[in-house]
Amino acid sequence: MGFFNRLKESLSKTRQGLVEKIENLITGRQVIDESLYEELEEALIGADVGVETSLELMETLRRRVKEQKLRDPARLKPLLQELITDELGTGDSSLNRGGPPTVILVVGVNGVGKTTTIGKLAYYYKTRGERVLLGAADTFRAAAIDQLEIWGRRVGVDVIKHREGSDPAAVAYDALQAARARKMDMLIIDTAGRLHTKSNLMEELKKIRRVLGRELSGAPHEVLLVLDATTGQNAISQARLFSEATGVTGIVLTKLDGTARGGVIIGIRRMLNIPVKFIGIGEGVEDLQPFNPQEFAAALFD
Amino acid sequence: MIFAGLAEKLQETFRRLKSKGRLTEADVDEAMKEVRRALLAADVNFQVVKSFVARVKERAVGQDVLSSLTPAQQVIKIVREELAGLMGGTQSKLNMAPKPPTVVMMVGLHGAGKTTTAAKLANLMRKQGRRPLLVACDVYRPAAIKQLQVLGEQLDIPVFSMGDRHTPVDIARAAVEHATRQGRDLVIIDTAGRLEINEEMMAELEELKAALRPHEILLVVDAMTGQVAVNIAETFNKRLGLDGVVLTKLDGDTRGGAALSIKAVTGCPIKFVGVGEKLDALEPFHPDRMADRILGMGDVLTLIEKAQASFDAEQVARLNKKIRSADFTLDDFLEQLQEVKKLGPIQQIISMLPGLGNMKKLKELGDIDDRELVYVEAIIRSMTPWERAHPHEINGSRRRRIARGSGTSVQKVNSVLKQFEQTRKMMRQLAEMGRGGKKGARLPRNLFPGKDNPLF
Ligand SMILES: Nc1nc2c(ncn2[C@@H]2O[C@H](COP(=O)(O)OP(=O)(O)OP(=O)(O)O)[C@@H](O)[C@H]2O)c(=O)[nH]1
Ligand SMILES: [Mg+2]
Repeated sequence: MGFFNRLKESLSKTRQGLVEKIENLITGRQVIDESLYEELEEALIGADVGVETSLELMETLRRRVKEQKLRDPARLKPLLQELITDELGTGDSSLNRGGPPTVILVVGVNGVGKTTTIGKLAYYYKTRGERVLLGAADTFRAAAIDQLEIWGRRVGVDVIKHREGSDPAAVAYDALQAARARKMDMLIIDTAGRLHTKSNLMEELKKIRRVLGRELSGAPHEVLLVLDATTGQNAISQARLFSEATGVTGIVLTKLDGTARGGVIIGIRRMLNIPVKFIGIGEGVEDLQPFNPQEFAAALFD
Repeated sequence: MIFAGLAEKLQETFRRLKSKGRLTEADVDEAMKEVRRALLAADVNFQVVKSFVARVKERAVGQDVLSSLTPAQQVIKIVREELAGLMGGTQSKLNMAPKPPTVVMMVGLHGAGKTTTAAKLANLMRKQGRRPLLVACDVYRPAAIKQLQVLGEQLDIPVFSMGDRHTPVDIARAAVEHATRQGRDLVIIDTAGRLEINEEMMAELEELKAALRPHEILLVVDAMTGQVAVNIAETFNKRLGLDGVVLTKLDGDTRGGAALSIKAVTGCPIKFVGVGEKLDALEPFHPDRMADRILGMGDVLTLIEKAQASFDAEQVARLNKKIRSADFTLDDFLEQLQEVKKLGPIQQIISMLPGLGNMKKLKELGDIDDRELVYVEAIIRSMTPWERAHPHEINGSRRRRIARGSGTSVQKVNSVLKQFEQTRKMMRQLAEMGRGGKKGARLPRNLFPGKDNPLF
């Protein structure tokens, strides 16, 4: 059998196999040994936790096992889950408020789900009785404004827009003026997807930030970085560079309805201390949930 | 060869091991730990890494250490060869129908870049003499059809659409008929993003395939994808039988280990890579370069190739000399920027230089974006020759005059002068490092190629 075929075969079983394997590993075992640690480490790496963070977590796990003189393999999984939950913080996903209006700037690389998340966020807060306005500051991507407008209609909130190709900071400015005049509780601003390595495009975000801050002190009150859960270790670089440029205050992790686990956020939390506030679990208007670290940690292993 | 990342770690490992003559199992085991880490950090799937490392190990143990290479270099050589070999040859051709039109179907997850890639592919194929038709079959995502229409307009390539109230199968069928009537010989179908575990949506693609019998089904994958790249690729391949893969967003700083994972599970070739938002930013895939990138060794080859194609040797030699001496003026700065610009987007060049990608100073140089270059040029051209030779003497009133003359602002003038100063400093540092001034730094003697540059 060739290399590819062998690999293919082993991979096809991996996913389904993994949960079972871990369960079996732990329940069927009499002792906590090296191969058990190794398999746990693989489960973490397979969930995109990243090699360094996984190794560190395993190290802590080993230490705890020693300290607590644990012998029962069944204790390992809940212990590791607990460690990860602690890493991820309290799970207070409420947004920073200010204003009024509370201004939320949504940023991220191309295609991660910014616009969709904004539609869902608008719905989330609208159904909780808030007056929400959207700003269409993605003036770059073809039909991005139409996309946001469709979401606006779907949710029943207004969208402030200019035409394609215009200055995004000017859109943000107008949107803020409109939000104040109309006594809105919340303004959410969509921005064009951009790779974090393009410094001129990051400058553009800084400018939007500046304009908002000048008009309303404290604005934007929340800068949400949208991360796609299918992204691997590059998400760390995204989080770092977007933070440097725009002062990210929270993460929305999208596309968790797929097979992706989004384990990379553990590393982000450790290194940059940015909390996850919401998760996206589908394309529908209700497919947004406040982040729950405990559930998330459990899901890393299934 | 210039090594960074993995290569440095391996040097370190072997220094500790002091192996002689022949690579022992213990040597190789140590080295493989580093290889494993490097591949995992690059997002290669852990199962793929496992098989790969086992295979490399098999090849490496017992090998004679060649006199020409250090053990570290030898392991790297094996790793690179295996990696590049596994990723296949360069293959940027589409399967063409014996009787036109050729039908190409783009598939993939949400946000992978299918729509943009469809437009880029149409553009590329038109350059090769084809008459493409783009087809809007994403009837789900808000404004997806409009997005394709706008891109088609920009390229002046027709887009076939029937709104979002017909099924993708009906739209695609009608599109192929339309293409036949209109003498279009290439039909590129954009489909909606979908999760590989969504039964209904995957069945829709199967129906589309059955109805159209496409000649080429391309899976579009984000190069930043993590461990699940294998699940995605495997499922799409199983359900549809893929003909090729397009890797997108490679213009960022991702290592792109997904490329290896995908190739490993599907076996089908990566045909193109997307390297920017512009509609001509689609390139053929080069396995050897991807191998270097995954290993963190920079895309030296691409850079060398580009440099050879576009540098004016004499001018470069003169610049290199200037950089090393201190009399580097604003004129030289402008000239140098223009030379570098011929290589492609400045940031991309910097990311391709091994070990330099993370240097802060170079990042600042990268702040001079291509669009900015127009301003930089206008600003420098608005200076008097004396000012260009004496940048330190440009005071406030001169700056204001220059700003007016170039139609920019004093801030812009300030930032150009600042960037010039930083560049000059950095150039001098680089030149010093190259002379062996600072230890530990392995840098080309010149940033730019010339006959006395070992890189070229
Ligand atoms: N399955 C799933 N799909 C999602 C989720 N969030 C967004 N999407 C889909 O991902 C695709 C891209 O979403 P957009 O909202 O357009 O992403 P964006 O970041 O605004 O994209 P750009 O503006 O082009 O950078 C769309 O097809 C969305 O329906 C999610 O939580 N789950
Ligand atoms: Mg968007």
